[in-house]
Amino acid sequence: MMSVLVDALLLQMGYNATLVAIGAALLGAASGITGTFLFLRKRALVSDAVSHATLPGVCIAFLILVGLGGDGRNLAVLLVGSAISAGLGLWCMNWLTGKTRLAEDAAIGAVLSVFFGFGIVLLTVIQTLGVGRQAGLEGFLLGSTAGMLYSDALVIAAGGAAVLIAILLARRPMTMVAFDPDYAAARGLPVGRIDMLMMGLVMAVTVVGLKIVGLILIVALLIIPPVTARFWTERADQVVILSGVLGAVAAYLGAALSASAPNLPTGPIIVLMSFALFALSLLIAPNRGVLAAVLRHRRFQKRVHLRQGLLALAQDQTIYEPLTLRLLAQSGFARADGVATHAGRRRAAKALRDEMRWDILRRDQAQEAAAALYDGLREIETVLTPDQIAAIDRKIGTPQEV
Amino acid sequence: MGSEFVTLSLTPLLIGIFAAVACALPGNFLLLRKQALIGDAISHVALPGIVVAFLVTGAISTWPMMLGAAGAACVAVVMIEGIRRLGRIEPGAAMGVVFTTLFAAGVLLLEQSDTSSVHLDVEHALYGNLESLIWLDGTGWGSLVDPQALAYLPVELPRMAATLVVVAGFIALFWRPLTIATFDEGFARTLGMRTELLGLALVLMAAIAAVAAFDAVGSIIVIAMFICPPAAARMMTNRLDVQVGWSVVFATLAAVVGYVLAGYAPLWLGMADAVSAAGMIATISGVILAIASVFGPCRSRAGAPSGV
Repeated sequence: MMSVLVDALLLQMGYNATLVAIGAALLGAASGITGTFLFLRKRALVSDAVSHATLPGVCIAFLILVGLGGDGRNLAVLLVGSAISAGLGLWCMNWLTGKTRLAEDAAIGAVLSVFFGFGIVLLTVIQTLGVGRQAGLEGFLLGSTAGMLYSDALVIAAGGAAVLIAILLARRPMTMVAFDPDYAAARGLPVGRIDMLMMGLVMAVTVVGLKIVGLILIVALLIIPPVTARFWTERADQVVILSGVLGAVAAYLGAALSASAPNLPTGPIIVLMSFALFALSLLIAPNRGVLAAVLRHRRFQKRVHLRQGLLALAQDQTIYEPLTLRLLAQSGFARADGVATHAGRRRAAKALRDEMRWDILRRDQAQEAAAALYDGLREIETVLTPDQIAAIDRKIGTPQEV
Repeated sequence: MGSEFVTLSLTPLLIGIFAAVACALPGNFLLLRKQALIGDAISHVALPGIVVAFLVTGAISTWPMMLGAAGAACVAVVMIEGIRRLGRIEPGAAMGVVFTTLFAAGVLLLEQSDTSSVHLDVEHALYGNLESLIWLDGTGWGSLVDPQALAYLPVELPRMAATLVVVAGFIALFWRPLTIATFDEGFARTLGMRTELLGLALVLMAAIAAVAAFDAVGSIIVIAMFICPPAAARMMTNRLDVQVGWSVVFATLAAVVGYVLAGYAPLWLGMADAVSAAGMIATISGVILAIASVFGPCRSRAGAPSGV
């Protein structure tokens, strides 16, 4: 099993598996990059409507091909058909949101279900026409890579490359519209047309991906990689590139894995791979990840408890809270029974003095900006210069001998 | 309209109508609350639930599958909320991540397990088997009062009817709080309503309707009926009660016309076989929505005629 998987990863599984793996990686990169703009525009689910709306087009193209006497297996013609019906679906959606009172989510759902339902009607029509001839079409629902031809791979590669070039040319206006459509409009950008371009690219990726992952799951390739990439960086250009890389990696791994064993359909495996990368990022990403958030919380908690514990020590109050006691003991400020050590007494006196300094600072209206930084934790040395602190200390006065 | 109708068409037609109305009723509120895509998400995630239930019990039986689908829906809700909060991701994208992943997991499980002996496949889950829910013992209209024949009604019919009663009962019972919470959540909260509980209950009702309908008629009708009839009804009126009424009319109309067209239109056109009833019902609901959004009196956002 392992060696088979390694073979698959190294493209040693034969012609077809190699073709599928490379095609899938290209598709993953193109969809990850396209999906980023959609995700930043907060319209991720539009791709769901677009992908479901391809089904009737595929069926009609197939019917036309069969009507003309062919066997209906010309991938390019089927893809053109799917692009036309996806475009029609997109137009319906824009019309519903623009001209009627329906919100975008309702328009997405309406287009998705109606186009898909009509596609299924056509699918059953094709089934009644003759047995066996529809075999290739059901593969479009969930993707089928078993019989992929060199020409199919070429169509996918060409489509993916065209999408990437278009994005390379239009990346700046698309980024601007994705982030702030109002500002983009104020700058004189044709927001409507850029949105159309974005949707057109989504449509192109969907159409290209039909063969490999199928129309139900292509959405995942457009949504999951951008969401994953967003965890790792705050810069739009980096999100775009990272999302493309993540999409390509997930698609490549998924295609290789599915070639390594029977009954592992390519589309679902690629989606699950993407999700695995997503789950990993959700956990371990720096800054935005769950683990980072937990650590940040723990650090904050520790600072608060230590500070409050020191203040309690300074005022000779007994500490009952176990976490505070443990933290004080760990830092060497107190013994396990809560009695302050020498170092602890020194730090406690400083903490109390700092509180007093803050108190005076916050009463001084001239220092309003500095006083606003008070949160009970911040060291006063990070806000004031030594001279200013000395000035405050003069107001407090020095310790008196008793 | 003779005995053949009772045997072959009466029960699927009734099941179709019940399913359509049961989905359209909560759909009205989901539409207004901008949660219209919940039906889409639920029907995608039901697949892994059903497959897991099948793998656990080893048989196609109804209750485990319904429970499995409901369980999967709960898992999905938890996952969506978790991802949204933990990762600070917008809800649409979180939903997209979760439902595609769960659907992919369902397909994978299905392919990995040996389901060749039973009728369980992705196509079935997508467009159901409405046409096959025939009533063999219903030999004529007289069978409707014959207890022996009634005992052999397809089980989907009473189940779907019960679902409709539950959903309609919920909406009738909580009409006022639902209405207030839908239009002005802040006001509802000041009145002391538990709006988040209410929202959860509404989603739960939608899930019950979706899972029951899913079993009988497939997911495509579920998605279409959650959205299209309420959306079309929205074009007809500005009043919620009237809108709910219209949506029931539209859902029934779509189910009846869709079923009849799917069953008989191909024969009129000279084709040998009927086409998918589920797909046709969804298509008709789209046609109704298209007509309503072109001619409906309240179709535009502003400037709806007064007094409607």
